[in-house]
Amino acid sequence: MISLRMDAGVVRSHLRRWIWLVPLMMLLGGSISTLQAAKVGDLGELNLKRQAIRFLSFKDPAVRHAVLGSALIGISCGLFGCFLVVRKMALTGDVLSHAVLPGVALGFLWNLSKTPPYPILIGATLAGLLGIATVRLLLNTTRLKEDSVLGIVLTVFFTFGVCLLTMIQRLPTGSKSGIDKFLFGQAAAISSADLWMMGVIAVLAVAVVSVLFKELLATSFDAVYARTIGLPTRWVEGAFILLLAMGIVVALQAVGVVLVSAMLITPAAAAYLLTDRLNRMLWLSALFGVMAGVLGAFCSFLGNNLPTGPFMVLAASSVFACAFLFAPKHGVVTRWWRHRSSTVRIRMENTLKSFYHVLEARRFEGDGVSVLELATRRRETLDEIRGRLKELVDHELVTTEDDRGVAFLTPSGWKKACSIVRNHRLWELYLNHAAQVPADHVHDEAEKIEHVLGEDAVRELEKKLSYARVDPHGRLIPDLAQIQKGLPTPSETGRVTGYGR
Amino acid sequence: MSSSDLPLEVHDLTVAYQKKSVLWGIDLEVPRGKLVGILGPNGAGKSSLIKAAMGLIPPTSGWVKVFGLPIQENLKRVGYVPQRESVDWDFPVNVMDVVLMGRYGHLGLFRRPGKKDRDLARECLDRVQMLPYADRQISNLSGGQQQRVFLARALAQDSDLYFMDEPFAGVDAATESAIIELLHEMKNRGKTLLVVHHDLPTARNYFDMLLLLNMRVVAFGNTADVFTYELLQKAYGGRLTILSEVAEAVRQRGL
Repeated sequence: MISLRMDAGVVRSHLRRWIWLVPLMMLLGGSISTLQAAKVGDLGELNLKRQAIRFLSFKDPAVRHAVLGSALIGISCGLFGCFLVVRKMALTGDVLSHAVLPGVALGFLWNLSKTPPYPILIGATLAGLLGIATVRLLLNTTRLKEDSVLGIVLTVFFTFGVCLLTMIQRLPTGSKSGIDKFLFGQAAAISSADLWMMGVIAVLAVAVVSVLFKELLATSFDAVYARTIGLPTRWVEGAFILLLAMGIVVALQAVGVVLVSAMLITPAAAAYLLTDRLNRMLWLSALFGVMAGVLGAFCSFLGNNLPTGPFMVLAASSVFACAFLFAPKHGVVTRWWRHRSSTVRIRMENTLKSFYHVLEARRFEGDGVSVLELATRRRETLDEIRGRLKELVDHELVTTEDDRGVAFLTPSGWKKACSIVRNHRLWELYLNHAAQVPADHVHDEAEKIEHVLGEDAVRELEKKLSYARVDPHGRLIPDLAQIQKGLPTPSETGRVTGYGR
Repeated sequence: MSSSDLPLEVHDLTVAYQKKSVLWGIDLEVPRGKLVGILGPNGAGKSSLIKAAMGLIPPTSGWVKVFGLPIQENLKRVGYVPQRESVDWDFPVNVMDVVLMGRYGHLGLFRRPGKKDRDLARECLDRVQMLPYADRQISNLSGGQQQRVFLARALAQDSDLYFMDEPFAGVDAATESAIIELLHEMKNRGKTLLVVHHDLPTARNYFDMLLLLNMRVVAFGNTADVFTYELLQKAYGGRLTILSEVAEAVRQRGL
């Protein structure tokens, strides 16, 4: 739930940032060329197909760089993101990723070029760490709470970065520098130097997470306790923040400053919804990160080098949406489906129970039960009962003779009807005996419990009630062994006669 | 008794949060094999005392020694049971993972828990009757079960001195009696336990020794000597609701 809430927050904050970036993009006059391809008319079908083939054939070195680079940052972002999500530090990741922007600009100004990339990387890492240090400083010296501090630091650093970028754009060489690609990312512009760095960070991320798993787990779950058992929590935390900063910085080229935090949080949040163990969450998150990275690079390439970041985030968000809807335990659709199928089962079991009651009322004489009898018993309309019977026929629990309006239980239907009645009466007896609930209060409770009692629970109840045969209302409790023993072989029509007395 | 046998020795400990003192000049010598209850009104510094003793918050002055050594050099002999609310129970770990954390301090850096640690963790879970829940995700536990998991983790640490922060807070009656039984069992094995407690009436029966705290040590000694109207009134002084509770507790004792 927590991750869900955070993700909503992240999306909202991104929207906000997008909106005020619109005038900024206009300011960056020279950079508009990157966005020109966004005109739908340019994306002819032929073009799309040709680009797809070029991408999938993997011959183009730019494509290879883009795919490999995106996959590598998918791994590192996915791994780091897990710890941000479980430590409720998602917004810290957001601050760190935005605080690097002035560092990017200053690194560029160092030699007025994107190559070699080291000044930019170093500047960005330092700026990010400075941002985090500012957060800590404000937290320790003021009464302000974390959310306000994060909000202030993020905007201050980012604004400073935007101002510097605008300055760079006005420089004679600035407009052709490609520095604007750092805002939304451009996987196709990944150089081999970038690639190397992404590889190093991804390997470091995997190595640190596997070697220090125990320390990271303990520090994340209960930092105070981790300190009391002598784990070097400060070192672990410091190393993590440093690695995270470097991970963000190498991802900038492909994802961009604005959206890199989504690559950190969204795959991890999706993984969080899917599993209850941190190690599995790490695997899943890295996998989702790679998927999002490669898909993003692919879509960006199809669209003639559209900014990559938004596509990666879209891909990651789709994975998240799937996890949100279809997660085996907590997914919205899964939960709805489970509820639905249990409703159907309960409905069928209730109808089968009425079969038993009708037959019991006439001392199990005659084998067919008419639709009218069932309708009276269930207090439902004839049409409703016909619908219920159809369901039961589909499950081969009942056969019907439509012209006479009579239904018959099949052997398995009979067994099921008996066991549900038995569950009901056993539970009534148990409530009455063990919990001293008065006999006229137990029925409604048993109506619910009868559908959820498993085989083992029934055995246990039987034993506790010393194999009683009569329920609190004086009616016989059907005995499973007898049901099975006394069950006559079905006649050639597949009906049951005799009802196992 | 030589000082290295003393599980806990606190001398003139003063603790302040942003210049506001919460503990003044605490002196304490806790003998071995005792179950000690720490009692005091809200804001008396009960948790702060534990945290300062464990080196989690820096003292303004004074020192703490554990079995004759500064705490940082003797961490393995000290176990800590934090308040239940201090962690996120939705964290993606299961019960076994949490109990295994008790072994981490013994493993040292980089090493993962092995079969021996798992066996020990299982044994500890069994001692708090939580073994059937070993594979359960921790968010599916009740408050009492969460507390038992924390205790199992502390047991897995196999320490000699334990600090426990309100282990009885918000647990069911069955868990409360299971915990107190466990604490007595630990004490009988020679462990020393300091337990923050907030319920006066039960304190008298639960603990061998009581520490009455109200920013300073009001009294420390055997329960029979400390649990008196005068001393309790001194510790809780001026608070009417608690005063009546004290009166009730003392009345029950028949003073």
